[in-house]
Amino acid sequence: MKLEALPWLVLFLPLLAAGIITLFTLRNKTVSATLSIGAIVTGFVLTLAVIKFGGWEARELSVNWLSIGGLNVDFGLKLDALSLMMLLIVTGVGSAIHIYSYGYMREDPGFSRFFACMSLFTFSMLGIVLSNNFLQMFIFWELVGVSSYLLIGFWFEKPSAADAAKKAFITNRLGDFGFMLGILTIFAIVGSLNFGTIQELLKVNPALFGASATLAGLLIFCGAMGKSAQFPLHVWLPDAMEGPTPVSALIHAATMVAAGVYMLCRAFFIFSPDALTAIAWIGGFTALLAALIAVQQNDIKRILAYSTLSQLGYMVMAVGLTGPTPAMFHLTTHAFFKALLFLGAGSVIHAMHHEQDIWKMGALRKKMPVTFWTFLVGTLALCGVPPFSGFYSKDAILAQALHAHNYPLFAVAVFVAVLTTFYMFRLFFVALVGEPRTKEAEHAHESPGVMIWPLRILALLSVIAGVMGINKIFDLYSSRVLPPFTYEIPVGEFSGAVKYVGRLLEPFQHAPVAAFGGLIAVVIGFLAAKVLYGKAKTDPLPAKLGALSRAMANRFYFDEIYEATVIRIHDTIAAISDWIDRWIVEGFCIGLVRGGTDLTGRALRLVQTGNLQTYAFLFVLGVAVVLWFVLGK
Amino acid sequence: MLAWTIYISFLGVLVLMLLPKGNASAARKVAMLSAVAGLFVAVAGFVQFKVGEIVTVAKLPWIPSLGIEYHLAADGVSLTLVLLTGLAAVGGILFSWNIEHRAKEFFAFYLALIGGVYGVFLSFDLFLLFVFYEIAIIPKYFLIAIWGSTRKEYGAMKLALYSFVGSAMVLVGLIAAYVVSGAHTFNVMELAKYPFPHDFQMWAFPLVFVGFAILAGMWPFHTWAPTGHVAAPTAASMLLAGVVMKLGAYGCLRVAMTLFPQGLENWSFGVVGFHSWRDVIAVFSVIGIVYGAVVALVQKDFKFVIGYSSVSHMGFVLLGLVTLNTIGLSGAVLLMFSHGIIAGLLFAVVGRMVYERTHTRELAVLEGMNLVKAMPFAAATFVIAGMASMGLPGFSGFVAELQVLIGAWKAFPTLAVISGVGIVIGVAYTLRAMQKAFFGEAEKPLTPALSPSDGERETASQDEHHHAMDAISVPERIGAVMLIGVSLLVGLYPRILLDVIVPSFDSPLFDWLRKGGGP
Repeated sequence: MKLEALPWLVLFLPLLAAGIITLFTLRNKTVSATLSIGAIVTGFVLTLAVIKFGGWEARELSVNWLSIGGLNVDFGLKLDALSLMMLLIVTGVGSAIHIYSYGYMREDPGFSRFFACMSLFTFSMLGIVLSNNFLQMFIFWELVGVSSYLLIGFWFEKPSAADAAKKAFITNRLGDFGFMLGILTIFAIVGSLNFGTIQELLKVNPALFGASATLAGLLIFCGAMGKSAQFPLHVWLPDAMEGPTPVSALIHAATMVAAGVYMLCRAFFIFSPDALTAIAWIGGFTALLAALIAVQQNDIKRILAYSTLSQLGYMVMAVGLTGPTPAMFHLTTHAFFKALLFLGAGSVIHAMHHEQDIWKMGALRKKMPVTFWTFLVGTLALCGVPPFSGFYSKDAILAQALHAHNYPLFAVAVFVAVLTTFYMFRLFFVALVGEPRTKEAEHAHESPGVMIWPLRILALLSVIAGVMGINKIFDLYSSRVLPPFTYEIPVGEFSGAVKYVGRLLEPFQHAPVAAFGGLIAVVIGFLAAKVLYGKAKTDPLPAKLGALSRAMANRFYFDEIYEATVIRIHDTIAAISDWIDRWIVEGFCIGLVRGGTDLTGRALRLVQTGNLQTYAFLFVLGVAVVLWFVLGK
Repeated sequence: MLAWTIYISFLGVLVLMLLPKGNASAARKVAMLSAVAGLFVAVAGFVQFKVGEIVTVAKLPWIPSLGIEYHLAADGVSLTLVLLTGLAAVGGILFSWNIEHRAKEFFAFYLALIGGVYGVFLSFDLFLLFVFYEIAIIPKYFLIAIWGSTRKEYGAMKLALYSFVGSAMVLVGLIAAYVVSGAHTFNVMELAKYPFPHDFQMWAFPLVFVGFAILAGMWPFHTWAPTGHVAAPTAASMLLAGVVMKLGAYGCLRVAMTLFPQGLENWSFGVVGFHSWRDVIAVFSVIGIVYGAVVALVQKDFKFVIGYSSVSHMGFVLLGLVTLNTIGLSGAVLLMFSHGIIAGLLFAVVGRMVYERTHTRELAVLEGMNLVKAMPFAAATFVIAGMASMGLPGFSGFVAELQVLIGAWKAFPTLAVISGVGIVIGVAYTLRAMQKAFFGEAEKPLTPALSPSDGERETASQDEHHHAMDAISVPERIGAVMLIGVSLLVGLYPRILLDVIVPSFDSPLFDWLRKGGGP
């Protein structure tokens, strides 16, 4: 088989699996799961093969899909360091989650449907990663929206799940609307939607976009705002927890929310400096906002959801600070440890008979040792404790903030790091150690092997991902999209065994301020959590913080504000329009026709006198007129 | 050969009339045979079609003293719509397989309507076109008035009146064109070449355009559409949304814009920001898009939601027409096809699958039934059709609406943005209806267990109705799969239609498009 066929296979295998499951094997659970898991695992293996034999160089494979009057759209695959690495993450982490789901969802009556949706979702996500043009990316972007709708609303009997799915879909669509306009703007100016072509044209003429450069960039960013749940479109993500836990892991770790950041990196070359500044600040603000909210949540999945939001804020901020490498690096490590944390949380929830309140758990170390230790690894990685992977990627972002001389955002990032450690150890102390708080917690038991093996593998990756040289691979891509003068040549590579030791210590040589800032943040956050929650029976914070704590617990009332403004206004307009349609537009048209007919009828009635003489008179008059016309001319 | 689409349909009408009374089974088989044969001819014509040409099908003198000819021909645009008519005709019969009440007459009217529609799409003589146009209107009235539901007489009458007002305007325009040109012909290709005086075009254009656009559901003349759709029986509403509204849009393009292109040019003055009829139409279309979507959002009747969504989608078609660029125009034609398929399917689910089994279309009532359990196939079909209707990639609507948006972006950037809002609201109303109708909470599940002792004093016969909420029948399944398949096929590989549609705009009929990029 030719090497070119492999990427196509990677993309279409999950679609094939979804199709076969939907059409033929809905009744056979094992076959459905095998197909779905097989498709994504094969995808992972094939991606490895593509990299092994084809290397990281950029290349494209495409066929023409649409061509009308100047609009030429290819269906193409773009392979380069960015997409291949992302492909590995999606298929790799995705595989772990698929296998885990086999255990988690076994009792569910919709088991096969679940795997069909998962495969569809994987297909859409792979499509985003491999797209070589904006339109194709938009198409898969929408498909991700649809499949996430199906997955979040998987338990559609629960009204909360159905509402969450609807909310996610509509919020995303709102962002996509901006994305669409951005694409139209680019098309109107450049006349092409291919990433490579646009970049070449921009290289030749940097002022190609003229005055609309910032506008186009921000419109494109709208798409990322929806998918990567940035303020103010962040409201859908925490609600999306209503889906089954593996779905949360898939959506929140490696795929959907990562799509926004990925797209920003892919289209990095179109953003003007002003647009990047706006992006950086929105990212920073989202990171801070979400971290504050996470501090006062009690649902284990919601804490992780807000933590995801906050980490996404970091990544978006990194892109805005002209650092696609740190953004993608953090995306990668985050994919590992956040998938680990979600699956760990799922394991806990599974053991607790679907209890999600952390104040009803406790003392799980003895009963669920694997879950406990892997969860701890995930926590340490997320907090950024060296030598866990999160430390290196977070450090890269902090260093980028310093490098871009954006000190306010550096301060925000460090403060968010404090909060991150604080809320994660709050979760850890309350839910996993201490005394068992309920009967369920006393009778918890470890999950089956099919669920804990993915945990072990992800835990391993969460530990070592920081020093595997992932950032070097992303540098291959960044060096091609960043203008040479802003791009810093990576520090010289060590060799042999020294290589890994060198990488372990690299942050401290490269940007010591950032590295020590991150470390101090972790220590402060940990100590605060230890003091407040080490032995706590109930949450001490509400008493200390008062109104602020209530606002945090209520997510700063964003849902309520939207409910009161946007939705209310919208409903009112709709009701008014309906009224207008019913009474004015219709009334006017009908009234005119009826009134007109009525009037004509009344007028003509006057002629029908029933008087023979009148009729005779009119008849003669008519004849006279006709005669005058015929003879008179 | 394409002319046989028309003949086969009217032949079907004849055979149906000769059938003995009360034999519903024979009637539907005859109708089906006729519709399938028509579809077959349409597909064959489509396959044989030489891209970019105008194929003359028949050309005979009809009323020589007036220069009226029996002139049938097809270009890519008409061919696409003929294909749509074939598909919609077969689909409609599949979803009215259970008609027992005066079945023979039902199918006779149905086929007469189809024959008329084929005729309109194939006529290149404007007088002939007008005759077929009228033939298509009359059966519609009877289909609604006899077999309809909710306020059927009102709906039928309203539809007929609106249609006739429109036709009257068209007729005046046509006669004026005939007289003014003095060319003694109704041949559209001849008239298109004739340089009508500018001032004449300025008033003839809006007259004919609006006359046709009434039937296309143009705001503010759209109110016949929702009422008509709701009153009509399933097959009729499928045809109404599927092909009849397209007659209007087709007339706008083939007659108004082709004969009087200068009517689109700028006036010598401006009124509140409007500088041409083109601006007026574009603004009305966008109002229709957003307004239709917003109104759909608050409807209580399931079918009204779909009815207003049709108004919204047809707004896109009209907007595409006045973009006056190839992308927008071909998008409009593709959208006619796409909407015909998808709206047909939506009406089939609402009217046939849901209403005929639950006997209600009130979303509030359906919400309590948890229909996804009772009829999973209907739910799945509606989810897919809903996704297609909101213009998701993979379905035909996406490419079409995208083209219209790109076209509009070039011509009217602001309006393009506003019309995009309509797409976002489109998601909201579709999801709302979907959730209420199929995924509501099961407060009182509609199962045979529902007994009179439940507190609901239902008569035994009504209870039996619930028992009789039969499974989705085979014809319904075939119809749903067929329509979804077509929408997917076109969505995944739009060139299958676009390669036929786009070159049509290079023909001499559209010379005005190229004169300095249109008016």
